[in-house]
Amino acid sequence: MASRPIVPGEEIVDGRDAGISTGDYVGAIFRDKVTLLAFVYLAMLAAFTVGAEFLAPHQPIGLNLRDRLLPPGTTGSKGAFHLLGTDELGRDLFSRLIYGARVSVSVGMIGAIVSCFVGVVTGLTAGYYGGLYEDIVMRLVDGMLSLPSLLVALFVLFVLGGGYVNLILVFSVLHWMVFCRLSRGLALDARSATYVKAAKALGAPGLRIVFRHILPNVVAPVIVLFTLEIAILILSEASLSFLGFGVQPPDPSWGLMIADGREHIRSAWWLVTFPGLAIFLTALSLNLVANWVRAVTDPVQRWRWFSGKQQR
Amino acid sequence: MAYLVRRTANSLLLLLLTVSFVFIAGRMIGDPALNMLGPGASDVALEKLRRAAGLDDPLWLQYIRYIGNLLQGDFGVSYRFGFSVLPSENLDEIGQPVMDIVLDRLPATFLLAAVAMGFAVPAGVLMGVIAAAKPRSIADRIVTVIALAGVSIVQFWLGLMLIVFFAVHLGWLPTGGYGGFSHALLPALTLAARPIGRIAQIARSAMLDELAKPYIVTARAKGVQEGRVVFLHALRNAAVPVITMIGDELSALLTGAILVEKIFAWPGIGLLIIDSLSRSDLPLIQASIAVVAALVILVNLLVDLCYRLANPRIKLGNGA
Repeated sequence: MASRPIVPGEEIVDGRDAGISTGDYVGAIFRDKVTLLAFVYLAMLAAFTVGAEFLAPHQPIGLNLRDRLLPPGTTGSKGAFHLLGTDELGRDLFSRLIYGARVSVSVGMIGAIVSCFVGVVTGLTAGYYGGLYEDIVMRLVDGMLSLPSLLVALFVLFVLGGGYVNLILVFSVLHWMVFCRLSRGLALDARSATYVKAAKALGAPGLRIVFRHILPNVVAPVIVLFTLEIAILILSEASLSFLGFGVQPPDPSWGLMIADGREHIRSAWWLVTFPGLAIFLTALSLNLVANWVRAVTDPVQRWRWFSGKQQR
Repeated sequence: MAYLVRRTANSLLLLLLTVSFVFIAGRMIGDPALNMLGPGASDVALEKLRRAAGLDDPLWLQYIRYIGNLLQGDFGVSYRFGFSVLPSENLDEIGQPVMDIVLDRLPATFLLAAVAMGFAVPAGVLMGVIAAAKPRSIADRIVTVIALAGVSIVQFWLGLMLIVFFAVHLGWLPTGGYGGFSHALLPALTLAARPIGRIAQIARSAMLDELAKPYIVTARAKGVQEGRVVFLHALRNAAVPVITMIGDELSALLTGAILVEKIFAWPGIGLLIIDSLSRSDLPLIQASIAVVAALVILVNLLVDLCYRLANPRIKLGNGA
C-alpha cells in the first residue's frame, strides 16, 4: 500500500469520515488502464444493446447471396462496406454482432437480475429469521447447487423448447442459489451486529430490519457476485445456443453465430473468430469490473484507487 | 460418522429426485410410443407397443416400475441404438440396453477428464505459487492475466480455434475423433483452460494468506531456504482450498465435456447426451443424465468430505 503507516496512538478514522464522493469512484475508474478499457467495452455493449437499430450499419436478417462470405474489410456489390466481412447468406457480420449483443447481454442481465432478487430476498430472510424456514431454504440451495446446472438447463430446454424467454426462465431457476447462500451468510453476520441490535431495541419490525438496515450493508459483495454471474450466464447462453437449445434462428445470438460459422471454419475463419472474441471480451471485462468493485468497496484496499486521497 | 451417513443419504435423495424429475419431464414431451415408432406408425402398432411396454398403465404404476428397474441397474432399452433403421413393429427386435451404451462411453470421458486435470492441476498450482511468491512482480501480473483469460474464455470457441490452428492450418494434430494421445491432446487442452485459471487464482490467494503467517517468518528467520519455505511449508497448508477447487472443477469438467466432446467428435458421454437429445431417445437421455448427475453428486460429496477431514476446525456432524 502506498499510504503511510499508522502512527501508534493516532486515531483510526472510519472510511466514511474521509468523505468519499461519487467523484472519487468515477476517478477510480480512470486509475487503471485495463479497468478503464473494460468499462469502455461494457459501455459500448450497453449502447449496442439499447440502440442496435441506429448503430448497426446493415440489416442483421435478410439475404444477399451475391455478397456471401466476404472477408473482413471488403466492400460488397452494392458499395456497402463490411468491416468484419459477411456470413454464408451475405449478412454483415458486424451488424449481426451488434444485434447479437442485444440478445446475449439481455439474457445475461435479466437472468442475473431475477436470480439476484430471488436469492437475496430468500437468503437475507433465511439468515435473519433462521429456524425451520432457514433449514428448508438452505437444504434446497445445497441440493440444487450440487446438480450440474448446464446439464439440467440442457434437459429442461429440450423439454420446454429453446427460445429467449425459456432461456431466461431456466437461468433464473438455476442460478438464484449462489445469491441466496452469499446473502444468508452476510445476514448471519449482521444479525449480531450492533446496528441491528439497536434497530431491534427501537422496535423496528423484522422485515424493516432486513431490507432497510441489513440490505444496504451487504450491497457490495452482492454486486461483485452479480457482475460475475452475468459473465457466467452469457457464457452459458452461448453454449446452449451453440448446441441448438438456446436462442433460435434467425435471431442473432453470439453462440448461434459460432454454430453457423462452424461449417465454414476452413474457408471463412472470421465467422467463428469474431463472435467468440466478443463473448471472451465481455466475460473478461465483467471479471475485471468485479475485481474493481471488490477493491473500491474494501476499506483496506480502496485507497490505492482514490487519487489524491491518502488514508488518514 | 453420523455426518457421513446423513450427507450420503442427502445425496441419494437428491439423485432420486433428479431421476424422478427426468422421468416426469420426459413424459411431458409427448407419447413415448409415437416417439419410438416414428410419426408414420399405424394405430395398431402403437397400441401393440403400448400394451407390450406397459405404457397404458397409470403413470404412478409406470413410475414405480421405472424406479424398481433402476434399482436393479436396468434403465430400459434404447429407441434408436442397435437399429439400422427405425425399430420395426416386431418387438422381439428391441434395442440395446441403454446402461450398456452409457457404460461403454464412460471410459472415453474419464480419459479426457484425467488428461485435462493432469495438465491443469500442476500448471495451475505452479502458476499460483510463482505469483504468490513475488506479489506485484511481472510474473504475478502474467499469471493474473492468464488466469483471468482462462476463466473468461468460451470453452467450445477455444476448441474451434485450436482446431483451426493446430489441425487445419498446421496439420499437426487430428481435428477430432477417438484414438491415442494425439487425439486426446486438443480436447484435453480445451477442457483444461478454465481449471488452470481457477486453480491458479485460488492457489495464489491461498499462498498469499499462508506466506503472511508467523510460522513462515519463523522458518525464514531460522534460515530455511526460500524454496523450501514456499513449497514445503506454505504449500502444504494452502492445499485445502486448492483441493476443494480441484474437486469443483472436476465436476464442472464433467458437464463441460458435453460441448468439447461435440466439437471434437469425441465419443464420450457428453456426445452421447447430445446425440440422444437430438434423436429424442428418451431411455438413453434418462440414463445418461442420471449417470452424469450421479457422478457430479458423488464428486461433490467426496469434495465436501475431504474438506471437512482436512480441516479439523469445521465440526463434523453439525454441517449447516
